Amino acid sequence: MTTKITPFTKFHQSMGAHMEPFAGYLMPIEYAGITAEHMQVREKLGVFDVSHMGEFWVKGPKAFSFIQRVTTNDVAALWDGKVQYSCFPNGQGGIVDDLLVYRVNQETYLLVVNAANIEKDWNWCVKNATEMGLEIGKELYNASDEIAQLAIQGPLALKAMQKLTKDNVVDMEYYTFKKIPFAGIKEVIFATTGYTGSGGCEIYCANEDAEVLWNAVMEAGQEFGIKPIGLGARDTLRLEMGYNLYGHDIDDETSPIEASLAWITKFVEGNDFIDRPLLEKQKADKTERSLRGFIMKERGIPRQHYPIVNAAGEVIGEVTSGNQSPILQAGIGMGYVKAPYTKIGTEIFIQVRNRNLKAEITKTPFIQPS
Amino acid sequence: MNVPQDLKFTQDHEWIRVENDCAFVGVTDYAQSNLGDIVFLEIETVGETLAKSEAFGNIEAVKAVEELYMPVSGEVLEINPALETSPEVVNKDPYGDGWMVKIKITDPSELAGLLDAAAYTKLIS
Repeated sequence: MTTKITPFTKFHQSMGAHMEPFAGYLMPIEYAGITAEHMQVREKLGVFDVSHMGEFWVKGPKAFSFIQRVTTNDVAALWDGKVQYSCFPNGQGGIVDDLLVYRVNQETYLLVVNAANIEKDWNWCVKNATEMGLEIGKELYNASDEIAQLAIQGPLALKAMQKLTKDNVVDMEYYTFKKIPFAGIKEVIFATTGYTGSGGCEIYCANEDAEVLWNAVMEAGQEFGIKPIGLGARDTLRLEMGYNLYGHDIDDETSPIEASLAWITKFVEGNDFIDRPLLEKQKADKTERSLRGFIMKERGIPRQHYPIVNAAGEVIGEVTSGNQSPILQAGIGMGYVKAPYTKIGTEIFIQVRNRNLKAEITKTPFIQPS
Repeated sequence: MNVPQDLKFTQDHEWIRVENDCAFVGVTDYAQSNLGDIVFLEIETVGETLAKSEAFGNIEAVKAVEELYMPVSGEVLEINPALETSPEVVNKDPYGDGWMVKIKITDPSELAGLLDAAAYTKLIS
Protein backbone atom coordinates (compact mmCIF):
# COMPACT_ATOMS: atom_id res chain seq x y z
CA MET A 1 0.00 0.00 0.00
CA THR A 2 1.37 3.43 -0.89
CA THR A 3 1.31 6.06 1.82
CA LYS A 4 -1.23 8.77 1.08
CA ILE A 5 -0.69 12.44 1.75
CA THR A 6 -3.24 15.11 2.65
CA PRO A 7 -3.73 18.55 1.06
CA PHE A 8 -1.84 19.98 4.08
CA THR A 9 1.24 17.74 3.95
CA LYS A 10 3.45 20.37 2.31
CA PHE A 11 2.63 22.85 5.09
CA HIS A 12 3.67 20.35 7.78
CA GLN A 13 6.92 19.63 6.00
CA SER A 14 7.73 23.30 5.51
CA MET A 15 7.13 23.89 9.23
CA GLY A 16 9.59 21.19 10.23
CA ALA A 17 7.17 18.53 11.47
CA HIS A 18 8.42 15.06 12.29
CA MET A 19 6.36 13.03 9.80
CA GLU A 20 5.55 9.32 10.02
CA PRO A 21 3.11 7.00 8.27
CA PHE A 22 -0.07 6.62 10.33
CA ALA A 23 -3.11 4.62 9.21
CA GLY A 24 -1.86 4.72 5.63
CA TYR A 25 -1.22 8.48 5.60
CA LEU A 26 2.00 10.43 6.02
CA MET A 27 1.05 12.52 9.07
CA PRO A 28 2.77 15.03 11.38
CA ILE A 29 3.59 13.35 14.71
CA GLU A 30 5.14 16.38 16.40
CA TYR A 31 6.50 19.84 15.71
CA ALA A 32 7.84 21.55 18.85
CA GLY A 33 7.50 18.51 21.12
CA ILE A 34 4.49 16.62 22.39
CA THR A 35 4.36 18.21 25.85
CA ALA A 36 4.67 21.78 24.55
CA GLU A 37 2.00 21.11 21.92
CA HIS A 38 -0.26 19.54 24.54
CA MET A 39 -0.04 22.62 26.76
CA GLN A 40 -0.53 24.90 23.74
CA VAL A 41 -3.97 23.30 23.15
CA ARG A 42 -4.95 23.25 26.83
CA GLU A 43 -4.01 26.92 27.32
CA LYS A 44 -4.51 28.60 23.93
CA LEU A 45 -5.26 26.97 20.58
CA GLY A 46 -3.71 24.66 18.06
CA VAL A 47 -4.52 23.27 14.64
CA PHE A 48 -4.50 19.57 13.72
CA ASP A 49 -4.62 18.11 10.23
CA VAL A 50 -7.17 15.32 10.55
CA SER A 51 -7.79 14.85 6.84
CA HIS A 52 -6.97 11.17 7.22
CA MET A 53 -10.38 10.60 8.83
CA GLY A 54 -12.97 8.86 6.63
CA GLU A 55 -16.30 10.34 5.57
CA PHE A 56 -19.36 8.47 4.25
CA TRP A 57 -22.54 10.18 3.10
CA VAL A 58 -25.83 8.38 3.69
CA LYS A 59 -28.80 9.80 1.79
CA GLY A 60 -32.38 9.06 0.81
CA PRO A 61 -35.53 7.62 2.38
CA LYS A 62 -33.68 4.62 3.83
CA ALA A 63 -30.83 6.62 5.35
CA PHE A 64 -32.37 6.86 8.82
CA SER A 65 -33.24 3.19 9.17
CA PHE A 66 -29.83 2.16 7.81
CA ILE A 67 -27.92 4.20 10.40
CA GLN A 68 -30.31 3.10 13.13
CA ARG A 69 -29.49 -0.49 12.16
CA VAL A 70 -25.68 -0.22 11.96
CA THR A 71 -25.02 2.08 14.93
CA THR A 72 -25.74 1.60 18.64
CA ASN A 73 -26.84 5.14 19.49
CA ASP A 74 -30.38 6.38 18.81
CA VAL A 75 -30.43 8.32 15.54
CA ALA A 76 -33.97 9.47 16.36
CA ALA A 77 -32.48 11.67 19.08
CA LEU A 78 -30.70 13.78 16.43
CA TRP A 79 -31.99 16.96 14.86
CA ASP A 80 -30.75 18.91 11.85
CA GLY A 81 -27.31 20.23 12.73
CA LYS A 82 -26.72 17.83 15.64
CA VAL A 83 -23.73 15.47 15.95
CA GLN A 84 -23.75 12.16 17.82
CA TYR A 85 -20.95 9.85 19.00
CA SER A 86 -21.71 6.22 18.20
CA CYS A 87 -20.22 2.88 17.22
CA PHE A 88 -20.75 0.11 14.69
CA PRO A 89 -21.41 -3.22 16.45
CA ASN A 90 -19.82 -6.08 14.49
CA GLY A 91 -22.51 -8.76 14.73
CA GLN A 92 -20.50 -10.77 17.24
CA GLY A 93 -20.56 -8.43 20.20
CA GLY A 94 -17.45 -6.48 19.20
CA ILE A 95 -16.95 -3.05 17.64
CA VAL A 96 -16.16 -2.44 13.95
CA ASP A 97 -15.31 1.20 14.68
CA ASP A 98 -16.44 4.22 16.63
CA LEU A 99 -17.74 7.20 14.67
CA LEU A 100 -19.57 10.49 14.58
CA VAL A 101 -23.01 10.80 12.97
CA TYR A 102 -23.94 14.23 11.58
CA ARG A 103 -27.59 14.84 10.69
CA VAL A 104 -27.91 17.40 7.88
CA ASN A 105 -31.62 16.65 7.48
CA GLN A 106 -33.95 13.69 7.86
CA GLU A 107 -32.61 12.11 4.68
CA THR A 108 -28.96 13.24 4.72
CA TYR A 109 -26.28 12.13 7.16
CA LEU A 110 -22.50 12.24 7.31
CA LEU A 111 -20.63 9.41 9.07
CA VAL A 112 -17.07 10.23 10.14
CA VAL A 113 -14.90 7.17 10.81
CA ASN A 114 -11.31 6.38 11.81
CA ALA A 115 -8.63 6.51 9.12
CA ALA A 116 -7.26 3.08 9.96
CA ASN A 117 -10.71 1.55 9.47
CA ILE A 118 -11.99 3.29 6.34
CA GLU A 119 -11.84 0.18 4.15
CA LYS A 120 -13.21 -2.16 6.84
CA ASP A 121 -16.03 0.26 7.72
CA TRP A 122 -16.88 0.82 4.08
CA ASN A 123 -17.14 -2.91 3.39
CA TRP A 124 -19.25 -3.37 6.50
CA CYS A 125 -21.58 -0.52 5.56
CA VAL A 126 -21.84 -1.69 1.94
CA LYS A 127 -22.79 -5.20 3.09
CA ASN A 128 -25.53 -3.92 5.38
CA ALA A 129 -26.71 -1.16 3.05
CA THR A 130 -27.02 -3.64 0.19
CA GLU A 131 -29.18 -5.91 2.34
CA MET A 132 -31.40 -2.92 3.12
CA GLY A 133 -31.64 -1.88 -0.53
CA LEU A 134 -29.60 1.33 -0.51
CA GLU A 135 -27.92 2.23 -3.76
CA ILE A 136 -24.14 2.05 -3.25
CA GLY A 137 -22.28 5.02 -4.67
CA LYS A 138 -25.39 7.16 -4.40
CA GLU A 139 -27.34 6.58 -1.19
CA LEU A 140 -24.16 5.36 0.49
CA TYR A 141 -21.14 7.26 -0.77
CA ASN A 142 -17.49 7.14 0.31
CA ALA A 143 -16.16 10.72 0.20
CA SER A 144 -13.01 10.01 2.22
CA ASP A 145 -10.61 10.94 -0.58
CA GLU A 146 -12.45 14.17 -1.42
CA ILE A 147 -12.71 15.84 1.97
CA ALA A 148 -10.01 17.64 3.95
CA GLN A 149 -10.41 18.36 7.64
CA LEU A 150 -8.76 20.63 10.19
CA ALA A 151 -9.42 20.55 13.93
CA ILE A 152 -8.81 23.86 15.67
CA GLN A 153 -8.85 23.09 19.37
CA GLY A 154 -8.32 25.02 22.58
CA PRO A 155 -10.06 27.68 24.68
CA LEU A 156 -9.30 30.43 22.13
CA ALA A 157 -10.16 28.41 19.02
CA LEU A 158 -13.74 29.54 18.39
CA LYS A 159 -12.89 33.17 19.09
CA ALA A 160 -10.13 33.02 16.48
CA MET A 161 -12.32 31.25 13.92
CA GLN A 162 -15.12 33.79 14.37
CA LYS A 163 -12.94 36.24 12.44
CA LEU A 164 -13.38 34.12 9.32
CA THR A 165 -17.17 34.03 9.11
CA LYS A 166 -20.24 36.24 9.52
CA ASP A 167 -22.23 33.33 10.95
CA ASN A 168 -22.06 33.12 14.71
CA VAL A 169 -19.79 30.28 15.77
CA VAL A 170 -18.64 31.32 19.25
CA ASP A 171 -22.06 30.58 20.74
CA MET A 172 -22.61 27.25 18.99
CA GLU A 173 -23.50 24.42 21.34
CA TYR A 174 -21.09 21.53 21.83
CA TYR A 175 -21.52 18.75 19.25
CA THR A 176 -23.50 20.79 16.72
CA PHE A 177 -22.59 21.89 13.20
CA LYS A 178 -23.63 24.11 10.35
CA LYS A 179 -22.80 24.48 6.69
CA ILE A 180 -21.51 28.02 6.25
CA PRO A 181 -19.39 30.20 3.97
CA PHE A 182 -15.99 30.46 5.63
CA ALA A 183 -12.73 32.29 4.86
CA GLY A 184 -13.93 32.99 1.34
CA ILE A 185 -14.80 29.33 0.75
CA LYS A 186 -18.36 28.91 -0.46
CA GLU A 187 -19.23 26.20 2.03
CA VAL A 188 -17.58 24.26 4.83
CA ILE A 189 -19.02 22.04 7.54
CA PHE A 190 -18.23 23.81 10.79
CA ALA A 191 -18.67 21.52 13.79
CA THR A 192 -18.07 22.15 17.49
CA THR A 193 -16.64 18.68 17.93
CA GLY A 194 -13.15 17.53 18.84
CA TYR A 195 -10.95 14.95 20.51
CA THR A 196 -9.11 17.07 23.05
CA GLY A 197 -11.62 18.22 25.69
CA SER A 198 -10.42 21.81 25.36
CA GLY A 199 -13.20 23.02 23.07
CA GLY A 200 -12.95 24.36 19.56
CA CYS A 201 -14.11 23.08 16.23
CA GLU A 202 -13.55 20.72 13.35
CA ILE A 203 -13.87 22.11 9.83
CA TYR A 204 -14.52 19.96 6.76
CA CYS A 205 -13.94 21.27 3.25
CA ALA A 206 -13.36 19.99 -0.26
CA ASN A 207 -9.73 19.09 -1.00
CA GLU A 208 -9.46 21.94 -3.50
CA ASP A 209 -10.35 24.48 -0.79
CA ALA A 210 -7.85 23.08 1.73
CA GLU A 211 -4.98 25.45 1.00
CA VAL A 212 -7.20 28.52 1.38
CA LEU A 213 -8.55 27.10 4.65
CA TRP A 214 -5.09 26.40 6.13
CA ASN A 215 -3.74 29.86 5.30
CA ALA A 216 -6.85 31.60 6.62
CA VAL A 217 -6.86 29.61 9.87
CA MET A 218 -3.18 30.29 10.53
CA GLU A 219 -3.59 33.99 9.75
CA ALA A 220 -6.72 34.40 11.88
CA GLY A 221 -5.08 32.49 14.72
CA GLN A 222 -1.82 34.41 14.64
CA GLU A 223 -2.85 37.11 17.12
CA PHE A 224 -3.90 34.34 19.54
CA GLY A 225 -0.64 32.44 19.11
CA ILE A 226 -1.95 29.51 17.06
CA LYS A 227 0.46 26.63 16.44
CA PRO A 228 0.29 23.39 14.46
CA ILE A 229 -0.12 20.26 16.62
CA GLY A 230 0.86 16.70 15.74
CA LEU A 231 -0.82 13.37 16.34
CA GLY A 232 1.43 12.72 19.37
CA ALA A 233 -0.25 15.47 21.38
CA ARG A 234 -3.64 14.47 19.97
CA ASP A 235 -3.12 11.15 21.74
CA THR A 236 -2.08 12.60 25.11
CA LEU A 237 -4.93 15.15 24.95
CA ARG A 238 -7.57 12.49 24.31
CA LEU A 239 -6.08 10.25 26.98
CA GLU A 240 -6.40 12.93 29.68
CA MET A 241 -10.10 13.06 28.75
CA GLY A 242 -10.48 9.29 28.88
CA TYR A 243 -11.64 9.20 25.26
CA ASN A 244 -11.36 5.77 23.64
CA LEU A 245 -9.00 5.18 20.74
CA TYR A 246 -9.94 2.43 18.32
CA GLY A 247 -7.26 -0.27 18.10
CA HIS A 248 -6.26 0.45 21.68
CA ASP A 249 -9.24 0.74 24.02
CA ILE A 250 -11.86 -0.72 21.71
CA ASP A 251 -11.71 -3.18 18.83
CA ASP A 252 -13.50 -6.14 17.28
CA GLU A 253 -13.02 -8.13 20.51
CA THR A 254 -14.43 -5.57 22.96
CA SER A 255 -18.12 -4.91 23.43
CA PRO A 256 -19.57 -1.42 23.85
CA ILE A 257 -20.87 -2.46 27.28
CA GLU A 258 -17.42 -3.59 28.45
CA ALA A 259 -15.91 -0.43 26.99
CA SER A 260 -18.15 1.77 29.17
CA LEU A 261 -20.00 2.86 26.04
CA ALA A 262 -23.42 1.98 27.46
CA TRP A 263 -24.18 5.71 27.23
CA ILE A 264 -24.12 5.46 23.43
CA THR A 265 -25.83 2.04 23.36
CA LYS A 266 -29.49 2.97 23.48
CA PHE A 267 -31.96 0.17 24.13
CA VAL A 268 -34.94 2.34 23.21
CA GLU A 269 -37.99 1.59 21.13
CA GLY A 270 -37.31 1.84 17.41
CA ASN A 271 -33.54 1.38 17.76
CA ASP A 272 -33.20 -2.17 16.43
CA PHE A 273 -29.42 -2.19 15.94
CA ILE A 274 -27.14 -5.13 15.15
CA ASP A 275 -26.23 -7.10 18.32
CA ARG A 276 -28.96 -5.41 20.38
CA PRO A 277 -30.24 -8.61 22.06
CA LEU A 278 -26.72 -9.75 22.89
CA LEU A 279 -25.65 -6.37 24.28
CA GLU A 280 -28.90 -5.91 26.19
CA LYS A 281 -28.30 -9.23 27.93
CA GLN A 282 -24.70 -8.24 28.63
CA LYS A 283 -25.83 -5.02 30.23
CA ALA A 284 -28.34 -6.86 32.46
CA ASP A 285 -25.94 -9.66 33.42
CA LYS A 286 -22.91 -7.39 33.94
CA THR A 287 -19.69 -8.10 32.08
CA GLU A 288 -16.68 -10.02 33.36
CA ARG A 289 -14.39 -7.11 32.61
CA SER A 290 -14.76 -3.38 32.09
CA LEU A 291 -12.68 -0.56 30.70
CA ARG A 292 -11.47 1.75 33.43
CA GLY A 293 -9.14 4.69 33.87
CA PHE A 294 -6.32 4.57 36.40
CA ILE A 295 -3.64 6.88 37.74
CA MET A 296 -0.15 5.78 38.77
CA LYS A 297 0.64 6.13 42.47
CA GLU A 298 4.31 5.33 41.87
CA ARG A 299 6.58 6.74 39.21
CA GLY A 300 6.05 4.90 35.94
CA ILE A 301 4.44 5.21 32.55
CA PRO A 302 1.79 2.61 31.70
CA ARG A 303 1.73 1.52 28.06
CA GLN A 304 -0.49 -0.63 25.85
CA HIS A 305 -0.35 -4.39 26.67
CA TYR A 306 1.28 -4.01 30.10
CA PRO A 307 -0.38 -6.51 32.49
CA ILE A 308 -2.58 -5.21 35.31
CA VAL A 309 -2.18 -7.29 38.47
CA ASN A 310 -3.63 -7.36 42.00
CA ALA A 311 -1.71 -7.16 45.30
CA ALA A 312 -1.04 -10.92 45.08
CA GLY A 313 0.51 -10.45 41.64
CA GLU A 314 -2.31 -12.25 39.78
CA VAL A 315 -3.15 -10.84 36.35
CA ILE A 316 -6.53 -9.07 36.47
CA GLY A 317 -6.37 -7.13 33.22
CA GLU A 318 -4.33 -5.34 30.59
CA VAL A 319 -3.46 -1.74 29.78
CA THR A 320 -4.96 -0.50 26.50
CA SER A 321 -3.67 3.11 26.55
CA GLY A 322 -1.25 4.94 28.77
CA ASN A 323 1.17 7.83 28.98
CA GLN A 324 2.47 10.60 31.17
CA SER A 325 -0.23 13.25 31.73
CA PRO A 326 1.33 16.67 31.05
CA ILE A 327 -1.32 18.32 33.26
CA LEU A 328 -1.19 15.88 36.20
CA GLN A 329 2.54 15.14 35.84
CA ALA A 330 1.78 11.49 36.54
CA GLY A 331 1.27 8.33 34.59
CA ILE A 332 -2.35 7.75 33.55
CA GLY A 333 -3.92 4.98 31.55
CA MET A 334 -6.93 2.90 30.63
CA GLY A 335 -7.35 -0.81 30.59
CA TYR A 336 -9.74 -3.69 31.03
CA VAL A 337 -9.97 -5.05 34.58
CA LYS A 338 -11.96 -7.98 35.98
CA ALA A 339 -15.27 -7.23 37.69
CA PRO A 340 -14.10 -7.17 41.34
CA TYR A 341 -11.56 -4.45 40.55
CA THR A 342 -13.69 -1.96 38.62
CA LYS A 343 -14.74 0.30 41.52
CA ILE A 344 -13.31 3.82 41.66
CA GLY A 345 -10.53 3.95 44.26
CA THR A 346 -9.54 0.28 43.93
CA GLU A 347 -5.83 -0.34 44.28
CA ILE A 348 -4.29 -2.12 41.30
CA PHE A 349 -0.74 -2.62 40.08
CA ILE A 350 0.74 -2.10 36.64
CA GLN A 351 3.48 -4.49 35.65
CA VAL A 352 6.27 -2.36 34.21
CA ARG A 353 9.32 -4.42 33.26
CA ASN A 354 8.74 -7.04 35.97
CA ARG A 355 7.99 -4.51 38.68
CA ASN A 356 4.48 -4.06 39.99
CA LEU A 357 3.83 -0.34 40.38
CA LYS A 358 0.92 0.87 42.46
CA ALA A 359 -2.01 2.55 40.67
CA GLU A 360 -5.62 3.41 41.47
CA ILE A 361 -8.85 3.06 39.48
CA THR A 362 -9.95 6.63 38.77
CA LYS A 363 -12.96 8.27 37.21
CA THR A 364 -12.51 9.78 33.77
CA PRO A 365 -11.96 12.39 32.47
CA PHE A 366 -8.73 12.57 34.44
CA ILE A 367 -8.78 16.37 34.25
CA GLN A 368 -11.33 19.18 33.89
CA PRO A 369 -10.01 21.56 31.23
CA SER A 370 -11.05 25.20 31.57
CA MET B 1 22.31 16.62 13.91
CA ASN B 2 25.15 17.22 16.36
CA VAL B 3 27.83 14.47 16.46
CA PRO B 4 30.92 15.56 18.48
CA GLN B 5 34.26 14.47 17.03
CA ASP B 6 35.82 13.51 20.39
CA LEU B 7 33.26 10.83 21.34
CA LYS B 8 32.71 7.17 20.43
CA PHE B 9 29.25 5.81 19.60
CA THR B 10 27.22 2.60 19.55
CA GLN B 11 24.77 1.31 16.95
CA ASP B 12 22.10 1.84 19.64
CA HIS B 13 22.78 5.59 19.84
CA GLU B 14 24.74 5.78 23.08
CA TRP B 15 27.90 7.89 23.28
CA ILE B 16 30.92 7.43 25.52
CA ARG B 17 33.54 9.95 26.64
CA VAL B 18 36.65 8.27 28.06
CA GLU B 19 38.59 9.95 30.88
CA ASN B 20 41.51 7.76 32.00
CA ASP B 21 40.02 4.40 33.06
CA CYS B 22 36.57 5.88 33.60
CA ALA B 23 33.99 7.12 31.12
CA PHE B 24 30.76 9.08 30.89
CA VAL B 25 27.86 7.56 28.94
CA GLY B 26 24.69 9.13 27.50
CA VAL B 27 22.47 9.05 24.44
CA THR B 28 23.10 10.95 21.22
CA ASP B 29 21.39 14.04 19.90
CA TYR B 30 19.78 11.83 17.27
CA ALA B 31 18.36 9.52 19.98
CA GLN B 32 16.93 12.33 22.12
CA SER B 33 15.45 13.98 19.04
CA ASN B 34 13.69 10.77 18.04
CA LEU B 35 12.48 10.00 21.55
CA GLY B 36 11.11 13.48 22.05
CA ASP B 37 10.23 14.75 25.54
CA ILE B 38 11.97 12.60 28.12
CA VAL B 39 9.92 12.06 31.28
CA PHE B 40 12.36 10.19 33.49
CA LEU B 41 15.36 7.88 33.63
CA GLU B 42 15.18 4.53 35.38
CA ILE B 43 18.72 3.49 36.27
CA GLU B 44 19.15 1.09 39.17
CA THR B 45 22.48 -0.53 38.34
CA VAL B 46 24.90 1.55 40.41
CA GLY B 47 27.58 -0.74 41.83
CA GLU B 48 26.92 -3.46 39.27
CA THR B 49 29.47 -4.66 36.75
CA LEU B 50 27.81 -5.12 33.39
CA ALA B 51 29.00 -6.59 30.11
CA LYS B 52 29.17 -4.64 26.85
CA SER B 53 25.65 -4.28 25.33
CA GLU B 54 23.94 -5.21 28.60
CA ALA B 55 21.13 -2.84 29.66
CA PHE B 56 22.05 -0.39 32.42
CA GLY B 57 18.64 1.27 32.57
CA ASN B 58 15.61 2.58 30.74
CA ILE B 59 14.66 5.93 29.32
CA GLU B 60 10.96 6.82 29.50
CA ALA B 61 9.79 9.38 26.95
CA VAL B 62 6.27 10.49 26.07
CA LYS B 63 6.50 8.58 22.82
CA ALA B 64 8.16 5.36 23.95
CA VAL B 65 10.39 3.59 26.42
CA GLU B 66 13.88 2.45 25.32
CA GLU B 67 16.58 0.39 27.00
CA LEU B 68 20.00 1.92 27.60
CA TYR B 69 23.00 -0.27 26.79
CA MET B 70 26.60 -0.32 28.00
CA PRO B 71 28.92 0.78 25.15
CA VAL B 72 31.69 -1.30 26.77
CA SER B 73 31.92 -3.58 29.81
CA GLY B 74 32.32 -1.86 33.13
CA GLU B 75 31.12 -1.03 36.61
CA VAL B 76 28.39 1.60 36.97
CA LEU B 77 29.91 4.07 39.42
CA GLU B 78 27.44 6.92 39.47
CA ILE B 79 24.19 8.25 37.97
CA ASN B 80 23.93 11.89 36.93
CA PRO B 81 22.02 13.27 39.95
CA ALA B 82 20.64 16.22 37.94
CA LEU B 83 18.50 13.92 35.83
CA GLU B 84 16.38 12.86 38.81
CA THR B 85 14.68 16.26 38.94
CA SER B 86 15.43 17.53 35.42
CA PRO B 87 15.34 14.68 32.88
CA GLU B 88 14.67 17.25 30.14
CA VAL B 89 18.38 18.12 30.33
CA VAL B 90 18.94 15.05 28.13
CA ASN B 91 16.84 16.75 25.43
CA LYS B 92 18.62 20.08 25.85
CA ASP B 93 22.23 18.99 26.25
CA PRO B 94 22.62 15.29 25.42
CA TYR B 95 26.45 15.33 25.27
CA GLY B 96 27.08 17.64 28.22
CA ASP B 97 24.85 18.07 31.27
CA GLY B 98 22.67 15.24 29.97
CA TRP B 99 25.23 12.49 30.66
CA MET B 100 23.60 9.49 32.32
CA VAL B 101 26.17 7.29 34.05
CA LYS B 102 29.84 7.31 34.93
CA ILE B 103 31.42 3.89 34.51
CA LYS B 104 34.77 2.21 35.25
CA ILE B 105 35.90 0.46 32.09
CA THR B 106 36.97 -3.15 32.67
CA ASP B 107 38.24 -3.95 29.17
CA PRO B 108 39.63 -0.89 27.34
CA SER B 109 40.25 -2.99 24.22
CA GLU B 110 36.46 -2.94 23.56
CA LEU B 111 36.68 0.79 22.79
CA ALA B 112 38.24 0.01 19.43
CA GLY B 113 35.02 -1.71 18.34
CA LEU B 114 32.90 1.43 18.73
CA LEU B 115 31.92 3.88 15.99
CA ASP B 116 33.78 7.14 15.54
CA ALA B 117 31.95 10.37 14.70
CA ALA B 118 32.23 9.81 10.95
CA ALA B 119 30.89 6.24 11.12
CA TYR B 120 28.05 7.27 13.44
CA THR B 121 27.10 10.20 11.20
CA LYS B 122 26.90 7.74 8.33
CA LEU B 123 24.69 5.43 10.41
CA ILE B 124 22.08 8.11 11.13
CA SER B 125 22.03 9.77 7.72
